[in-house]
Amino acid sequence: MEEFFQQLTNGLAVGGIYALIALGYTMVYGVLKLINFAHGDLFTIGSYLGLTLLTSLALTDRLGPGAGILLLALMVMGLVALVGALLERVAYRPLRHSPRLSAVVSALGASIFFSNTLMLIYGARFQVYPQNILPKTAIDLFGLYIPLVRVLILCTSIVMMVGLYTFIQKTKIGTAIRAAAIDQDAARLMGIDVNRVILMVFLIGPALGGAAGLMVGLHYGQINFTMGWVYGLKAFTAAILGGIGNIPGAMVGGILLGVIEALGAAYLSIAWKDAIAFGVLIFILIVRPTGLLGERVAEKV
Amino acid sequence: MGKRVLIYGGIAALLAVSPLFLNAYWTDVLNSIGLYAALGLSLNLIVGHAGLFNLGHAAFYAVGAYTAAILNTKYHIPILALMPLCGLTAGLFAMIIARPIIHLRGDYLCIVTIGVGEIVRIALINNVFGITGGANGIFGIARPNVFGWIIRRPQDFFYLIWAFVALTAFLFHRLENSRFGRALNYLREDETAAEGSGIDTAHYKLMAFVIGAAWAGMVGNIYAAKMTIIAPESFSFWESVVMFTLIILGGSGSIPGVLLGAFLIVGLPEVFRGFTNARMMVFGAAMIAMMIFRTGGILPARPRRYALPAKAAAEESA
Repeated sequence: MEEFFQQLTNGLAVGGIYALIALGYTMVYGVLKLINFAHGDLFTIGSYLGLTLLTSLALTDRLGPGAGILLLALMVMGLVALVGALLERVAYRPLRHSPRLSAVVSALGASIFFSNTLMLIYGARFQVYPQNILPKTAIDLFGLYIPLVRVLILCTSIVMMVGLYTFIQKTKIGTAIRAAAIDQDAARLMGIDVNRVILMVFLIGPALGGAAGLMVGLHYGQINFTMGWVYGLKAFTAAILGGIGNIPGAMVGGILLGVIEALGAAYLSIAWKDAIAFGVLIFILIVRPTGLLGERVAEKV
Repeated sequence: MGKRVLIYGGIAALLAVSPLFLNAYWTDVLNSIGLYAALGLSLNLIVGHAGLFNLGHAAFYAVGAYTAAILNTKYHIPILALMPLCGLTAGLFAMIIARPIIHLRGDYLCIVTIGVGEIVRIALINNVFGITGGANGIFGIARPNVFGWIIRRPQDFFYLIWAFVALTAFLFHRLENSRFGRALNYLREDETAAEGSGIDTAHYKLMAFVIGAAWAGMVGNIYAAKMTIIAPESFSFWESVVMFTLIILGGSGSIPGVLLGAFLIVGLPEVFRGFTNARMMVFGAAMIAMMIFRTGGILPARPRRYALPAKAAAEESA
């Protein structure tokens, strides 16, 4: 039972990370109907930027771990959001009226470009985060010792998701994003600046992805330039699982996938861990392409 | 028309005599280009003609290569004799995989094929059924023997590989100008209209997928014969990406385009040594630029032309 709960909390923490990345996929998909293949690489950029800023600015030494990491996270999110906006401007906007598949190829190109640029800058080897940033304490929860990092990751991602959900539901810009997701032309006729909405989506999604990248760096301590597409694929699976284009769906799907994967790795086989997530993806697309709470994706044949 | 034939003929002739004055290293580079050209042509049927985004083509290539390697090392069957069987296993595998997913919309199909490719690679690493040799792969594959002539040197492989590429190009050229090829292009351009004109789109999509995969399986056979050792890492996601990229850059749906793409993507990094690390970055950027400025690729597919029978007859009599 002890092991079960350890795996469960681990799955919840990883699931929180998947959910944060999945939000970026789902928001872009909601508005542009495009799978942003480069999103996983924006996440990787986040973790590399986090490492560079962490080691060069030494924020945690000057401000203490709490404030230091908060400031670091804000910087990383801001920078990755800029990269995301730039990506939209250069690679997606010129193709907005082209056939869908052109945009998909462009997205793939962007993904290849980003991951290989990171490789040229940082090298192909794993990069290691400093290990003394977060205190290595564990929380005693009814006799169960859970590492503090896991709890922090899960809490932070939940706070961010709730924040995003409130933003989308309650604010004027959020309403505009929802309107553009339902019908771009009608939204434009109602006086909504759709370009601004799309820009907004490409700022928020990558910012969340960047934050997730920083969390992965802090949690696992090791990052690599190719990790973006594994995390990206899994987060995409999470988005599909919950129903793509659907924000609560991405959150539910992310956490569910994290838990399925952790328990599967523990009780079935660790060597097949990655295959479990892809199996879930294929299974969902065949059996219930709408996801748990979402839109229809299969073509009628 | 005549000029084009002359140019392509000249290039083919130059290629045919190139092993005579190239050293073993450069001949081997041409061999790699040839393998990717054949893979690209097989994927081109799926991506270029049917418009189905397949980013897991390396999985079918792997199935062919492993079929050849396992049967050759365990039962000592001559490797080239296994080629049809390699095509068959890869094609069957593709049929089982593709049947339930072929109706998915383009970008979803793309994601699922990535997933399939990864599952196959993980299965190979985990020594599935105890026959794939795990992460080390399979070694000791016998050299191919054609009527007593053992193919060993890069120069020998050059003629085997490029003869296969020429055969592939010829057959796929015939295929794309057939009823089958026209049906694929129709459903790529407008699926609803194709369906309305009586084309069984699900069947044609599936057939394109299976034929392309089977062909990749046969290339896998040649690859296993050339390397004599195969491992899961040779069939990673990046292999699929390279195959996909060379089609998009060269010209999707265009045979000369795919061949040019293979030369650019596999050959250029060899010519400019410092370029090797940066090549994928440059190609990624080139994919974006290509989609914005030249969607059809460097050598785009030429539009189909048909002469009206009456007009042609009139021109003849005039």
